[in-house]
Amino acid sequence: MTEQVTDARDTTASPTTKPWGGRTSSGSASGDKVFAGLAYGAGGLILLVLAFVAVFLITESLPALAPTVFSQQDSIASADSFWVYVMPLIGGTLMASAIAIVLATPVAIGIALYISHYAPRRLATPVGYVIDLLAAIPSVVYGAWGMITLSTAMVPIYGWLHDHLGFLPFFAGDPSTTGRTLLTSGVVLAVMILPIITSLCREIFLQTPKLHEEAALALGATQWEMVKMTVFPFARAGIISSVMLGLGRALGETMAVTLVLSGGVFGLSLISSGNQTIPSEIALNFPEAFGMRQSELIAAGLMLFIITLVVNMIARWIVSRHKEFSGAN
Amino acid sequence: MAKRIDAVDLNVYYGSFLAVEDVNIRIEPRAVTAFIGPSGCGKTTFLRTINRMHEVLPGAYAEGKMLLDGENIYDPHVDPVSIRAEVGMVFQRPNPFPTMSIRENVLAGYKLNGTRMSKSDADAIVEKSLRGANLWNEVKDRLDKPGSGLSGGQQQRLCIARTVAVEPSVILMDEPCSALDPISTLAVEDLINELKKDYTVVIVTHNMQQAARVADKTAFFNIQGTGKPGILIEYADTKTIFQNPENEQTINYISGRFG
Amino acid sequence: MSTALKKPDEGHTPSAPPSSKPNGRSTKPKNSLTAGQKPGWTWMVVAAASLAVGAGLIALIASEGFSFAGWLILSAIVYVIGMYVTTRVIENKRRATDGLWRNLVWAAFIVALIPLVSLLWTVFAQGLPTLLSNPGLLTEDMSTTNGATDAATQDEGAPLSGGFVHGLIGTLMITVVATVISVPIGLMASIYLVEYSRGGWFARTITFFVDVMTGIPSIVAGLFAFAAVQLFITTFLGESPVYLQMVKMGLSAAIALSVLMIPVVVRSTEEMLRVVPNELREASYALGVRKWKTIMKVVLPTSISGIASGVTLAIARVTGETAPILVTAGFLATTNWNPFSGWMTALPVYIYRQLVNPTAPAAPVPSEMRAWAAALVLIIIVMLLNLVARIVAQAFAPKKTGR
Repeated sequence: MTEQVTDARDTTASPTTKPWGGRTSSGSASGDKVFAGLAYGAGGLILLVLAFVAVFLITESLPALAPTVFSQQDSIASADSFWVYVMPLIGGTLMASAIAIVLATPVAIGIALYISHYAPRRLATPVGYVIDLLAAIPSVVYGAWGMITLSTAMVPIYGWLHDHLGFLPFFAGDPSTTGRTLLTSGVVLAVMILPIITSLCREIFLQTPKLHEEAALALGATQWEMVKMTVFPFARAGIISSVMLGLGRALGETMAVTLVLSGGVFGLSLISSGNQTIPSEIALNFPEAFGMRQSELIAAGLMLFIITLVVNMIARWIVSRHKEFSGAN
Repeated sequence: MAKRIDAVDLNVYYGSFLAVEDVNIRIEPRAVTAFIGPSGCGKTTFLRTINRMHEVLPGAYAEGKMLLDGENIYDPHVDPVSIRAEVGMVFQRPNPFPTMSIRENVLAGYKLNGTRMSKSDADAIVEKSLRGANLWNEVKDRLDKPGSGLSGGQQQRLCIARTVAVEPSVILMDEPCSALDPISTLAVEDLINELKKDYTVVIVTHNMQQAARVADKTAFFNIQGTGKPGILIEYADTKTIFQNPENEQTINYISGRFG
Repeated sequence: MSTALKKPDEGHTPSAPPSSKPNGRSTKPKNSLTAGQKPGWTWMVVAAASLAVGAGLIALIASEGFSFAGWLILSAIVYVIGMYVTTRVIENKRRATDGLWRNLVWAAFIVALIPLVSLLWTVFAQGLPTLLSNPGLLTEDMSTTNGATDAATQDEGAPLSGGFVHGLIGTLMITVVATVISVPIGLMASIYLVEYSRGGWFARTITFFVDVMTGIPSIVAGLFAFAAVQLFITTFLGESPVYLQMVKMGLSAAIALSVLMIPVVVRSTEEMLRVVPNELREASYALGVRKWKTIMKVVLPTSISGIASGVTLAIARVTGETAPILVTAGFLATTNWNPFSGWMTALPVYIYRQLVNPTAPAAPVPSEMRAWAAALVLIIIVMLLNLVARIVAQAFAPKKTGR
């Protein structure tokens, strides 16, 4: 490194200035100002972009949000009012994400523990790579897999669920013969958010102070008791926030649902076709939409933006609030 | 209750690296035994094999026998967890559980065993252990405060109380005073002197004066060079080691010629 | 943990020191420390019993036929419960709980492997044969393919026509433009955060909103880019349909991807810059080097491998994005090299369209084959990018500076 420093000085320092004078430094003071300004500007631009996201989405969705005011129409294109249109979509989005979270969280925490505390050392690193691999696979490929492979495999399970648990509203209704249902979409979403929750939890589990772990082991704790005594208390806030981040991802994921779900009206049954999510509704209809329909879809996107924003902000807030109580003293 | 420890042909490894070679030593019950030696000589590594904490590190293992009152703790069928309940350990840096109060910290070992006890029994154990660790008077009014709020010396004595509470047969101490100020060190050394009435105490220390002050017997470990394993050079009464050592290396180390 | 004793305990060691009292018991040492443990073969017995019970259960539950997968799953559940009960009876509750959770953690790992293996298997099994027998997929677009040719392929065995070179080109152009937009912004923003800000409100706000931006759904990013470009065009050019047509282009998609890329670049670069030891900066200042020169010549070169690796990962992430490109760049059957005008197909969008709207609705098989081949190519591209990122990070990492 020192070599480069000397280089910079040799090539740019003006030989005429006295070494102890005011201008011994390489480059000019104005260069410093320009550079600082650029850095400052780039930071500001990011804030500006985010503000624009909000402003543009709101501007473009106004015709749908208040049709009588902004477009002189009594109703929007696909329903009487925007809320009648968007509520079932929000319901579908929340249900799909809930399935994903319920399925993914225990497995993700399990794998994170496996990597951080249970796996033999020779296995832990490769398993970490495998999880990263899962994260790298494009969502459209997940969607294709869910559409062709998983949905077929789910059909007999749906039959069984319907026969034996049909009294629950979730498993009522005719089971889909193609398997392209909200539950299948939820499973695909679960697989997609699994690596996110896993890698965040793994990071936190690995940060558990060795001192505390050894204190527990030296008292005669079994492996699981050590995890319960030291790892979980240390990582509690981190686990919650990583699950929230996974939820944010599930809410906004498009392709897995678009390809898998054979959509329809809102309903509680998870094993028949029906339901729709906001991102999937947009992806399916936006390419052909114009005018009012376009506004509707952008407004639906705005709702999604707000929901994910709230979820993500809660997650960040939990992290910052628990920093001082995490035991990392 | 205090038990004798015999290491028989014990070799300690980190992966393929032999860290400590061929230790044979008898550690007497109801006495303080100190391990001294230069950095990296394997004294801490050896200490951690006495309660099988060594193998907590990935790839680490030990060969040979470690007998606790004649029973080999490295028998293939022995559960290391049960050994650690029998052989307690105090670490270099105090490590009370940050999410637990002082009281919960002392009772942590019992909580693990799922022992059900009345509040008065628990109170008795807490008081006895904290008194045993010379900490009772300082913390009796704030037992429900987190253990991490104490000073370093108090935290270390809390860790000793936590170890004593489950009534082990042996207490291992890995440089227990290296993170403490002189006054706290004195308090812990006094405590060690009292602990030897009931326990087998083994202490690793960098500080030769400390070994001379607290130990009945002293073992000197050394390495022959970087990458070579640590070996036990000399083991005798503390007085002998410090005043009349046999081995050239011990003489050099004691007289401060290296280390 | 691999704590297996290398030397099996063969009775007494002759070299035991005289001080050690021979433990006087038989050559098969009965150690009080191992009392009350279940024998080592317990798990095999429980496993065998579980398989049998599982077979019985599956016969009871499954109405039609014997399901191999169902049998294994049920047996696994029975095994976990069986081990818990056995350990609890022979040993104690603590050991049983410990073993139960150990088994569950392993189960979680195996459960996660199933979809990964299934997915990779599906993509390779479906895509590889098609790709190998039709290398033309990589060099042709869809301009000569229509319902009739696909019907011929499906019904009469005609060779598979068409390809996805236009998707590859579209992905390449869009990604390049997105990278050109987001890397300078991301880099300068992180330089501001690490080198210039002093933890004031502005820096904290940026950090917070960068975190928020990481969570923006990709489709919302697409809508934003679309709305922004549309607003720009209607404001400055006009609202006639000719101008509205212009909104969908490669550039709009690149803007959408930039919104997704910038936060990733900022986070990874920031992390890398913070790792650069302060001593280096101070050494440079002490030589009278200006701050911006120090950053350019000392700080950035030191962390360049980490930054490059982070940028590559960000590129890998947006390469696989579908939804934002679908709503901003549309899709096309022919090749378009110009990201500033006209619709463009990206590879993921191509896969999506081929699956959802087959070229010949009555003969969807050729479309599906093309989609799987394209999925295979997409996975390979993304994996290569990830691999490159890892290699860059490791090969050019600065020597460990004792941190």
